[in-house]
Amino acid sequence: MRQYIIRRLLQMIPTLIGISIVVFAITALVPGDYITARNNPNMTVEKAEELRRLYGLDKPDIQRYFIWAGNMLQGKFGDSLQHKKPVLEVINTYVWNSFIIAFCSLVLSWFFAIIAGVFSAKFQYSLLDKLITLFVFVCMSLPSFFIGLLVIKIFALTLNWFPVGGMTTGGLNATGWAYVKDVAYHGFLPILVLTMLSTGSLTRYFRTSMLEVIRQDYIRTARAKGLKERTVIFKHALRNAMIPAITLLGFELPALFGGAIILEHIFIWPGIGQVYLGSISMRDYPFMLGFTIILAALTLLGNMLSDVLYGVADPRIRLK
Amino acid sequence: MSTESLPVKTKAAANLAKSADSPWRLAFRQFSRNRLAVAGFIILLVMAVICFIGPLFSPYNLYDYSIKDKNLAPNAHYWLGTDKLGRDVLLRLMLAGRISLLVGIVATLVTVLIGSILGALSGFYRKFVDTVIMRTADIFMSLPTLPILIILGTVLSDLKVHPSYRIYFLMLIIGLLNWTTLARLVRGQVLMLREQEFMQATEALGLRDRRKIFRHLLPNTVPIIIVTATLSVASAILYESAMSYLGIGVVPPTPSWGNMIADANSLIDFRKRPWLWIPPGMCILITTVAINLIGDGLRDALDPKSKK
Repeated sequence: MRQYIIRRLLQMIPTLIGISIVVFAITALVPGDYITARNNPNMTVEKAEELRRLYGLDKPDIQRYFIWAGNMLQGKFGDSLQHKKPVLEVINTYVWNSFIIAFCSLVLSWFFAIIAGVFSAKFQYSLLDKLITLFVFVCMSLPSFFIGLLVIKIFALTLNWFPVGGMTTGGLNATGWAYVKDVAYHGFLPILVLTMLSTGSLTRYFRTSMLEVIRQDYIRTARAKGLKERTVIFKHALRNAMIPAITLLGFELPALFGGAIILEHIFIWPGIGQVYLGSISMRDYPFMLGFTIILAALTLLGNMLSDVLYGVADPRIRLK
Repeated sequence: MSTESLPVKTKAAANLAKSADSPWRLAFRQFSRNRLAVAGFIILLVMAVICFIGPLFSPYNLYDYSIKDKNLAPNAHYWLGTDKLGRDVLLRLMLAGRISLLVGIVATLVTVLIGSILGALSGFYRKFVDTVIMRTADIFMSLPTLPILIILGTVLSDLKVHPSYRIYFLMLIIGLLNWTTLARLVRGQVLMLREQEFMQATEALGLRDRRKIFRHLLPNTVPIIIVTATLSVASAILYESAMSYLGIGVVPPTPSWGNMIADANSLIDFRKRPWLWIPPGMCILITTVAINLIGDGLRDALDPKSKK
């Protein structure tokens, strides 16, 4: 197992190098840079040149790539031009805000998907199953920004149940339990939308997996033993149906730390996704490049994790 | 051959013909039994017909609008109201639908072209070609799609691409970032197909590689291509609308469902004039649901093994 993990980690290196070249090349395409993007009217040509020299923006692209890649290898992500702080520090400030909503929606969507999937499979072809199937398709096809806006319009503006956006009430400065409650109050709507977005495909997955399992002989045996139907479904069937789903947990890794760009933008949630979006429009290259690489690395790690988890959950799978 | 046995033989042949309907007809029958999929197909058809033919019957014109009719709520003259310039929202919605559907379809064509050819080459030549193509696919697969699209969208803005050419670049970009799934599927199919007898026959006939790939291997992967392509139209439309919503996809004056929703960015329009942004959102939702239903129905009909 350890050997397998080490080999997978080594295989990531060429892929990551490829990614870094692609991403850097895209940003090098852009004619504008941080200095032109700021649009400062007091900026003279000489001053701009001096700043470019200071930030190292005046060197040829290839040279800049190697300087940047060399720094990355040493774990130096540089300073975010926009925040005037090290990139890693900026990430650390905002990523946990994203993590909160991502984690809550992960737990909730797995919970709902398991329930919906189990009942949908148990009563295959029933009206319930058909309704769930339709719901799944709607969830899978949701344009996130539109649903976000609609939810704000309905629950925040018309019904006035939840705040329009943000993470805390301004000026409240609550601490302890009151702070948690305030964040939960603000986080409800974004978590709701995020949960809806991911429940669809998960439900489908659990339904198929359950359908396969409940046709197995050991389920018939369990029923023949006279076990209660609930025990058969939730203990014998669901446990086995969960095994292939374990792999999906690995794929959730980038979503947990990557932030939800569009939803955070709409709900004005101070998460990493919004900072990332800002860094793209402000041409804050150190942040933008650094975070893109981190996202890609998380995706690769997630893939590896899902393979490893599969091996752990199902000993019949031999990892080579 | 005796004459008495002839009717028996033809009957058997007829039976054989009946049971051996062409795979396409079988698939069609399977598809038409799937009520959700047929519903999706009808909805999409109606949507496309309205978007492409509807504007011809509209009494309004996008370039000849009256500013005194601005910000009207839906009424008998303007069924979906008017926007801040007095343009008919229904007309814009239909024209936007043309753009959004076109971007989705053409982006998918780009995906299909690249994905199927690279996948076929990879599976056919294996070894070095396969390694290069599949490692490239790995790189593209681990790129975060939406951020890269947003970055490329801002590149288009910085390069000052003219708004009317912009949609072509968008189609290209969205198509380019999506090819990996299809390439992998086609590669898997080709790896399996190339070991079968009919490929040995092409070998015996001394056909050239190009003919083997394009006339004998790729046609056999068409079912899988159709299914993947259908689903990818939906995701292309979603990507386009998200980019347009952020102002870096299709940009005004060209209307698209996404940039019509961007009207909601103004708080007053968001609060007081829902007819500006709810209809385009519903159109995106309905279209993508319909396409996903069709795609799922097609998967059941054409490619039952890959059902997940």
